[in-house]
Amino acid sequence: MIIRVTDQAGQQHELEGLDGWRVMEVIRDWGLNIKAECGGACSCATCHVWVDEGWFDKLHPPSDDEEDLLYSTLDKKPTSRLSCQILLNDDLDGLKVTLAPSAAKDSEAA
Amino acid sequence: MAEPEINTDVVIIGAGPVGLFAVFELGLLDLKCHVFDILDRPGGQCAELYPEKPIYDIPGFPVITGQGLVDNLMQQIAPFGPQFHFNRMITGLTKNADGSFRLTTDGDEVFNAKVVVVAAGGGSFQPKRPPVDGIEAYEGTSVFYSVRRMDDFREQDVVIVGGGDSALDWTLNLQPITRSLTLVHRRDAFKAAPASVNRMKELVMEGKINFLLGQVAKLEGDNGQVNHVHLTTDAGDLSVPATRLLPFFGLTMKLGPVADWGLELNDNLIVTDTEKFESSVPGIFAIGDINHYPGKLKLILSGFHEAALMAQAAKAIASPGERVVFQYTTSSTKLQKKLGVL
Repeated sequence: MIIRVTDQAGQQHELEGLDGWRVMEVIRDWGLNIKAECGGACSCATCHVWVDEGWFDKLHPPSDDEEDLLYSTLDKKPTSRLSCQILLNDDLDGLKVTLAPSAAKDSEAA
Repeated sequence: MAEPEINTDVVIIGAGPVGLFAVFELGLLDLKCHVFDILDRPGGQCAELYPEKPIYDIPGFPVITGQGLVDNLMQQIAPFGPQFHFNRMITGLTKNADGSFRLTTDGDEVFNAKVVVVAAGGGSFQPKRPPVDGIEAYEGTSVFYSVRRMDDFREQDVVIVGGGDSALDWTLNLQPITRSLTLVHRRDAFKAAPASVNRMKELVMEGKINFLLGQVAKLEGDNGQVNHVHLTTDAGDLSVPATRLLPFFGLTMKLGPVADWGLELNDNLIVTDTEKFESSVPGIFAIGDINHYPGKLKLILSGFHEAALMAQAAKAIASPGERVVFQYTTSSTKLQKKLGVL
């Protein structure tokens, strides 16, 4: 399946992912500019993405922990999600997200 | 009076799993270690980010939690009596005339070591800055991310933000000495230990502290001294008079002073060879997630391997000319005596 990721420089990438993979893992695996500091443990906020409006409602809602972390970022939008909390399945084939500046490898998260 | 300088064989920067195992490998070769970490306890990322989560790729352990691994390592290295320095960051590193290294800490201590091992993982854990415009201007004067001196909060109007153990612990610890204390959190559910949450709620009922549901939107103050904390809440905007703000927004990893020591870096990682895991500066080694070499994998087991090879090279520097015979722990009475099992 395919996900479409826009990086912080505005460049669009079409990435191949597999069922059950976390969106963060796909983005990281393809070498895009994602820090993903805690490796998917829902303990940082550096895999932060803005989900395309057409896709946002198709995702299962965030946990309280994820919400707390989203609110700790400087660039939160209504469609913000942590990409390590989105697991790919067939319904998400074609998912479109944009990497937030706070997810950049050199971002000053603090 | 300044404290005396401490001389040792090895300074290890980072008490995560790889820094801990380095104590073992160096200990087998009779090298004494002082281990530094900015956290208040050993374990690094394992203890801080995933203590309860299962790890499946530690050799010999089909499954083990992050904290379980740290506990095992602490037991494994106990015979070598490492000296730990927690809540400490190594800030300065220079070379002495005799080739040893002079390290200074943020507690103004000085250590001289023949060998330095950087096992800093993803960098030192530092407090996350909350998303509040202009907060930097207040930091160190009236906004703090940790409590170094309780007296800084005596008779003050204190606002604490957060829902985890740090926020709740300091709410309970500071309440008796503050003029007023307000705890602010986004929701009415807490990650902190239930006993702490219960005690906090009792204090609210007794009228000794305030609890407000909301988020910090803005700070108002003068010359670094805050006088009002503006909150957004479901019931509208609130302005809370405050002279101290303690935001607990979790931790993030930062490379820190290591970046300034003249080591060759690649994308903020320390470049090493793969025979000794030595950096571009002889005598300074880098093991674990912090290093970089062709084929590097950020696995704990890789860090363990790197520690073993590093120790051989460290021994040659720390004890020049001493003949080292390669021995196995299963068959060497000498090693077993060091481990205290014989």
